[in-house]
Amino acid sequence: MNLDRRNFFRVLGLTGATLTIGTDLKANQEQDENHEPVEFYGILYDSTMCVGCQTCEFICAETHELPEPTDIPRIGEVRKTDETCRTVVNAFDSPIGEVDIKTQCMHCNEPACVSACLTQAMYKTKEGPVIWRGDKCMGCRYCMVSCPFDVPKFEYHSPNPKITKCDMCYDRLQEGQLPACVENCPAEALMFGKRSDLIKEARKRIVENPDTYYDHIFGEKEAGGTGFMYLAPVSFDKLGFKTNLQNKSYPELSKGFLYSVPSIFVLWPAMLLGLHEATKNKQIKNEEENE
Amino acid sequence: MNNTATISLQEEQKTKNTWKFLLSELKPKGKFFTPFNIISLPIMLLGAVLIVIRFWKGIGSVTNLTQDVPWGLWIGFDVVTGVAFAGGAYVITFMVYILNMRKYHSIVRVTVLNGFLAYVFYAGALLLDLGRPWNVINPIIGNSFGTSSVLFLVAWHFLLYMIAQLIEFSPAIAEWLGAKRARKILSGMTLGAVIFGITLSTLHQSGLGALYLMAKEKIHPLWYSEFIPILFFVSSIFAGLSMVIFEGSISHKVFSDQISEKNHKSHNKIIHGLARICAGAMFAYLFLHIVNFVHGQHWNLINSPMGYWYLTEMLGFVVLPLVLYVYSYRKMNILLIKIASVITMLGIIINRLNITVIGFKWDAASHYYPSWMEIVVTLAVIFTEIWIFRWIINRMPVLRESPAWAKSQSS
Ligand code: SF4
Ligand code: SF4
Repeated sequence: MNLDRRNFFRVLGLTGATLTIGTDLKANQEQDENHEPVEFYGILYDSTMCVGCQTCEFICAETHELPEPTDIPRIGEVRKTDETCRTVVNAFDSPIGEVDIKTQCMHCNEPACVSACLTQAMYKTKEGPVIWRGDKCMGCRYCMVSCPFDVPKFEYHSPNPKITKCDMCYDRLQEGQLPACVENCPAEALMFGKRSDLIKEARKRIVENPDTYYDHIFGEKEAGGTGFMYLAPVSFDKLGFKTNLQNKSYPELSKGFLYSVPSIFVLWPAMLLGLHEATKNKQIKNEEENE
Repeated sequence: MNNTATISLQEEQKTKNTWKFLLSELKPKGKFFTPFNIISLPIMLLGAVLIVIRFWKGIGSVTNLTQDVPWGLWIGFDVVTGVAFAGGAYVITFMVYILNMRKYHSIVRVTVLNGFLAYVFYAGALLLDLGRPWNVINPIIGNSFGTSSVLFLVAWHFLLYMIAQLIEFSPAIAEWLGAKRARKILSGMTLGAVIFGITLSTLHQSGLGALYLMAKEKIHPLWYSEFIPILFFVSSIFAGLSMVIFEGSISHKVFSDQISEKNHKSHNKIIHGLARICAGAMFAYLFLHIVNFVHGQHWNLINSPMGYWYLTEMLGFVVLPLVLYVYSYRKMNILLIKIASVITMLGIIINRLNITVIGFKWDAASHYYPSWMEIVVTLAVIFTEIWIFRWIINRMPVLRESPAWAKSQSS
């Protein structure tokens, strides 16, 4: 008897594990509503100042022990980040001449990759950078499927593959240093700081030099807000940016489904049992009729 | 003293016999060089070699996956489509144990067995696709619960559902081994397992669709919608049942010696009844698709290659089999029902691949096509499953009637 009961609770516990789905999400949301919003750090990139020198690419490769980049930005050709390279600079032709655009992980406020990850290997640190933790990752690549910016990359040709992407030099940050690209940019096109300060600074630049800037901070609202934000001289669709992004965060898209899980877990079994009881007698009747 | 000695001796004898029995059962039965064996064996061997290469040199050495398309045939077909086909198990157990539709009782075991093996093998295919499979224990033992992840839910449900199905099937194993007491206990657990299993199935069949909710801009708008989970769930009903119809027709030919006269006769009635349920579910599915299409205002997308492809799927693989099911149900035409089931299944394959592979990054510069090696591994997985299925059918009372002692036990 005793044993049976214990077993019963074990089963309940198992169900509980599946029930906890969604509670995390709720907890996060409540936190945002009731407390001061968490203050994330981020990077502001001003493409009007960028000279396309690729210093960020080289220093990023050096810092993370990756191979040196061998190609250069060319107009009409879009280079992409891959498993050996976490940031690239591309050149675009625009009405006001060449514009250079750096790409890397956007360090979203509510990252799709983090909500996709079933092992918490993708992780939004409280400081803001989104990092990847190899001891947890099982290599399912669901983060790649979900990231709206196609940032996480995978080492397809390794028996012990890693997911690679920009981590805003999280290790350096913890030692009190700036991200390598920010520290070494000779044109000072990159600025590190609190996200809210960066937005203020970006607004100020736009107001003070309305002729230089296109009036939009990319990343302030996109995908629910990102840690990495852009200023540009022309509209962003001319510079290879995705224009079909939503302003809601991406995890929002699957929240409805996840919220419905606990209620189904409670309602379904009760309903099924009820149906079973209701049809049992009918069955007996049928059998009698048949005989 | 003497007494106990004889008893322990008897016990020993018994375990010895069990071992002998198990060993003899391991041997293949029947002719070995059948056409099926001759085709499937080399493919399975080749598949095994490819799997070794995959773990040795990385996933990229056998698949065509790219940084843009990280999930290909192994997820899109093996897992997403395979699980939809395995949906028959929860629908049939629902009908038999919850709605008490006794008519379908004779196909419960074979359907549950099919479902169970499908989950074992297709979830197994998921392991092949994991880059770091040794960390798969993380989300299971609980040192890293990513509870906000749809994949977390799906993975856990796969696991729990496999256990539920094993419990549902276990009386057959007990009958095979002649374990009377165990059978009694295990069959007492059936209803609980069924209820748990249906709940899990509802959630993970729709969950497989929900996996793609965050890939909003990556999936062609004709296939992406916030209703994907519901569409996946509804279509798993008729996908599963069509599989039951199809598989049943083949089993009744191949294993005809196992099936009693009575069950042979009732099989056509079963197929006939299933056709009606398929038609109902397909009608709901079609209706949802139409609402979705009108609601999403996709008229402008129809006049494009992807639009024509969408129409092909809808007209040729939903409307056509729906009409066929209705017509053949009315006319009691069993052959036509079987044809409808095959078209339905093709339609499900097309639909799942449209979301996971064909319509995924449809606008990218370079497209993903599965490599021949991905296809061989997929075939190898399917063939291995069929081998195990055959092995079990030939030994346990699945299609065959249960032994007399088991029958008297249950009444
Ligand atoms: S850009 Fe992609 S990888 Fe980077 S935080 Fe956002 S979702 Fe994650
Ligand atoms: S590949 Fe790794 S980091 Fe990405 S979702 Fe899967 S477990 Fe998480």
